[in-house]
Amino acid sequence: MIKKLNNIGDCGIVCDFGEEVNREINTSVIKLFHHVKQEVLKGNLKGILNYTPSYNKLIINFNLEEINSSKIIDFLTSVDFSKLHLSQNSKKWTIPVCYDFEMDLENMSKTLKINKDEIINIHLNTDFFIYMVGFIPGHPFMGDLDSKLFLNRLKTPRVKIPAGSVGVVEKFCNIYPYESPGGWNIIGRTPTRLFNKENESSPCLLSPGDSVKFKSISKKEFEKLANE
Amino acid sequence: MSNYFFEILRAGINTTFQDRGRFHMQHFGVTPGGCMDLDSFSIANALVGNSLNEGVLEFAYQGPLLKLIKGRTKIAMTGNVLFQIIKSNEEKLMGECNRTYILEEGDQIDILATKQSAYGYMALEGGFDVKPFCKSVSILSRAQIGPNEGKKIKINDKINIRTNSQNKKNFSTKVINNNQNLIRVLKGPQFDYFSKESQKDFFSKEYKISNLTDRMGMRLEGTIMKNVVSANIRSEGITKGAIQVPADGQPIILLTDYPTIGGYPKIANVTSVDYNLLIQKTPGAKIFFKLIELREAEQLYKEHLKSILEIIKNIKEIN
Repeated sequence: MIKKLNNIGDCGIVCDFGEEVNREINTSVIKLFHHVKQEVLKGNLKGILNYTPSYNKLIINFNLEEINSSKIIDFLTSVDFSKLHLSQNSKKWTIPVCYDFEMDLENMSKTLKINKDEIINIHLNTDFFIYMVGFIPGHPFMGDLDSKLFLNRLKTPRVKIPAGSVGVVEKFCNIYPYESPGGWNIIGRTPTRLFNKENESSPCLLSPGDSVKFKSISKKEFEKLANE
Repeated sequence: MSNYFFEILRAGINTTFQDRGRFHMQHFGVTPGGCMDLDSFSIANALVGNSLNEGVLEFAYQGPLLKLIKGRTKIAMTGNVLFQIIKSNEEKLMGECNRTYILEEGDQIDILATKQSAYGYMALEGGFDVKPFCKSVSILSRAQIGPNEGKKIKINDKINIRTNSQNKKNFSTKVINNNQNLIRVLKGPQFDYFSKESQKDFFSKEYKISNLTDRMGMRLEGTIMKNVVSANIRSEGITKGAIQVPADGQPIILLTDYPTIGGYPKIANVTSVDYNLLIQKTPGAKIFFKLIELREAEQLYKEHLKSILEIIKNIKEIN
């Protein structure tokens, strides 16, 4: 449920679902995100430019030439949450990952006092939920990892992490869609392209609210899939 | 692709194709981007008779030197730009902003500098022949999205243009450049994270625009903002013009190519009416912030839009 509705600048609205961050709260955020998106696509809500869900908030950006804050707040307060569903709009993905490309398993194993195979097992057996996608195109923030695997960011972030790297921090797991700097603990790499400019109708594979399960592949399979 | 094109003889510092931006993709991590100064962009398109969302060339500080290799075209330059037209017979003509010029085959257009401003625009009749990505030709160079493989324009690039202009008439309009240094803002969602003293300082002390300023953000130097709650918040969606304050207490204004989500507290948000004024400020410029209310910001923006439409309405033929 929305706890607070406020303007953020003169062409943005923030729907705040409260301070807590858990799957239940994020599910409400995503339900509202899907609803707003559908209404915009159906042409029922003119002037909306973007709708960005995060852990506990949905930010709506709009064109002040066409609509204003009070009209959007009217719309949002009339939403009946009991009628919103998540399942029909969300997809389930299986993403291949090759753990041979890990960069931090050794250190993680030492810090957590859990052997590498067990870390991989826990990761493989986690049903991940995509809380949000962002910062750079196609970059998912997924959770929740077992608390046994909770780790902080690297003290010194790496300057370059290869595209497809799978990382973990606290209860979250990410995938770097591009080669980029980063401070997450890298446990493997996927050959799956998360953002594909060639596919203009649907360039981004993962969407907030989707779920992800990882599947372990060998280096050979990785090379094969990467070259497809 | 048409057969008419420019060749880039000098790229300039940050030359890209831009339109109003790419929307409905922020939840995928794709920032809207688009022209930094939407007013100058609209006026440039209107002068050459284009739709107001046609892609234009945006440049910053030093612009490109372009040679029209094949074709004939009509261009308009907007912003506050120093440029010259070099005719194929070497004759040089100083350019004026907010009017059109007809370029013949072999002519060059040398965009020397933006004067006391950051961004300038060149539109041409019929538009550039570039391929949109997700309905926009805006180049997002950080993510390499948009035409020209998502990269800034570089030397020896060929830029195709759609139409070989038959038009003989030129047009102009009058634009008054606004140099005020007062930027009106609304309270940000974490305004209360900052000490009472800092809140007061924010609206009374001057801030200097630092060199660390680009299409993504503008770093300010001035009185340190003291955060009394937390220097980090849960990452949340960003809006254009958000003024965030990281742990060092120096505000950063997030501009057109903002990251789609961010986790720093936001003390304020620049109003739409003053956004174009802000982004045209250059490093070293000093600004002050003034707090206003939402209704006033909305009203001011409406009046501002009217004044831009008035400029467009006043486009007149010249001889």
